[in-house]
Amino acid sequence: MTLQVTNLSINHDAIEAVQDLTFSINEGELAAVIGANGAGKTTLLRALSGLKNPKSGSATWRDNSMIGKRPEDLVRMGILHVSDGKTVIPELTVKENLALGGLWRKDKTDVAKATTEVLELFPKLGQRLAQRADTLSGGERQMLAIGRCLVARPELLMLDEPSLGLAPIIIEQIFTALNDLRKRTGLTVLLVEQNAMSALEIADKGIIINLGKLVAQGAARDLINDPTLQAAYLGY
Amino acid sequence: MRLLSTFLIGVSSGSIYSLMALALVLVWRSTRVVNFAQAGQAIASTYLGYLVITHTNNYWLALPVAMVAGAVIGALADIALIRPLNRRIKSGPVLEIAPVIATLGLLGLIRSLVGMIWGGDLKQYRAPVSINGFTFGHTTIPFSRFNLLIVFTAIVVMVIFAFVFQRTGLGLALRAAAFQPEIARLAGVRVDLVRTIGWAIAGATGAIAGVLVTPSTSLSPNSLDLLLVLGFVSAVIGGLESLIGAVIGGLILGIGLALILEYVSTSLAFPAAFVVLILILIVKPAGLFGMKRGRDA
Ligand SMILES: Nc1ncnc2c1ncn2[C@@H]1O[C@H](COP(=O)(O)OP(=O)(O)O)[C@@H](O)[C@H]1O
Ligand SMILES: [Mg+2]
Repeated sequence: MTLQVTNLSINHDAIEAVQDLTFSINEGELAAVIGANGAGKTTLLRALSGLKNPKSGSATWRDNSMIGKRPEDLVRMGILHVSDGKTVIPELTVKENLALGGLWRKDKTDVAKATTEVLELFPKLGQRLAQRADTLSGGERQMLAIGRCLVARPELLMLDEPSLGLAPIIIEQIFTALNDLRKRTGLTVLLVEQNAMSALEIADKGIIINLGKLVAQGAARDLINDPTLQAAYLGY
Repeated sequence: MRLLSTFLIGVSSGSIYSLMALALVLVWRSTRVVNFAQAGQAIASTYLGYLVITHTNNYWLALPVAMVAGAVIGALADIALIRPLNRRIKSGPVLEIAPVIATLGLLGLIRSLVGMIWGGDLKQYRAPVSINGFTFGHTTIPFSRFNLLIVFTAIVVMVIFAFVFQRTGLGLALRAAAFQPEIARLAGVRVDLVRTIGWAIAGATGAIAGVLVTPSTSLSPNSLDLLLVLGFVSAVIGGLESLIGAVIGGLILGIGLALILEYVSTSLAFPAAFVVLILILIVKPAGLFGMKRGRDA
């Protein structure tokens, strides 16, 4: 077990956004967390990346606790979070946004190499290096947000609804790029999505949550074909 | 000649306003705090510079000493005051106002301390170069070697700022932490540390302004209060977010006030600063260099 979440509960004041959640992911797996709006997906990722303190429970990455650490420390453990809303820094250029991801790293040669690899993965970014990030389209922004994390050579990459608001062809591009990347590098991915079909297609494992609680988890292929889940949670 | 000379004097005093404005904008950008204590931080630093001058008679030693003092005081203000407040107060109207009140308190505290140590009487120290105006043929203009030095020092500071902010990793971290602290954190930036560095740089910059302005005025526990106000006016003219805006705002204000002092009335300078400010805000509500927004931002 590389990522182990055990009995995790997270509150927003009186709202119990995540309740007693337990799941795990193996090294190199791509796991999709599926759930409707308000299911607690964002809250879960914010707790796993140090932005929010959970009420109780534990989360470990390769047996190191992820709880009570600051985001910048988790980044140094190889845990990167692409938060919701295509989060780039609009006032900075594309090049600066990418550079930001590698700022903390000592191995500048490898930062340069990783940046080159990002530009090969998302060639559109290469044509826009000198532009401010707020001139990018939604899809390009999402690529930039992911690219910024890749410059840090993540070992666990967590993405919060990267497909939201994007055209199907762009979603396809981004998901394919992610899938190729993790197969090539052995990166472990926790992908949070409402877009169940696209996510489960590339995922090894699926975790379905509803109103903060675990509904089902298992092999992605089994979940896709489960008729009761299809009707209730997968939206087709 | 009179016009040119007035203009030059304006650039000289404007350079000092620009430095003060830079200090205020830096703190505003890094922690969203309107820092009234900046006048206190600068005055304490300037008194320490004064101490060095009275002992060594060396202005060029006093400047770096004041800068280091300013940086340390700035960093301490952030660590001891702003950080704990931000940690404890998460929401509500108090969130915005508490740090501002805290900086007012710090301003009062520093003034009292300075007054206790050095007394309330006016101190004076000499400029390192002549304060007599340049002479061309038979005319002597008010603009002196020292004014030239002020402008030159301000330019050096601004070039360093431009280099640090645009060309170094620290500058990138400072900008990222200022614009989007959460994303900066998720990118691995140690935002708390970077903010403290922002306060330190601001403290050093305010100290330079204090050490440069004092030979032309005099030193007392509240002798930099007017400079604080003019620094704020400059910063707001420049849009409060922009470092270039702070510099341009300071120069506009300096030149504007010099013209009014020379051609209208010396008693109008202070209210005129606000007239300039309000006129600019009516024409451009975000200030001259207010943040541009791009696509759907
Ligand atoms: N900052 C917040 N303050 C209060 N309640 C919140 C906050 N963020 C989320 N919630 C609530 O927590 C629940 C889960 O939200 P969220 O984690 O954003 O779900 P999802 O990302 O799956 O749409 C919702 O009921 C939401 O209203
Ligand atoms: Mg969400």
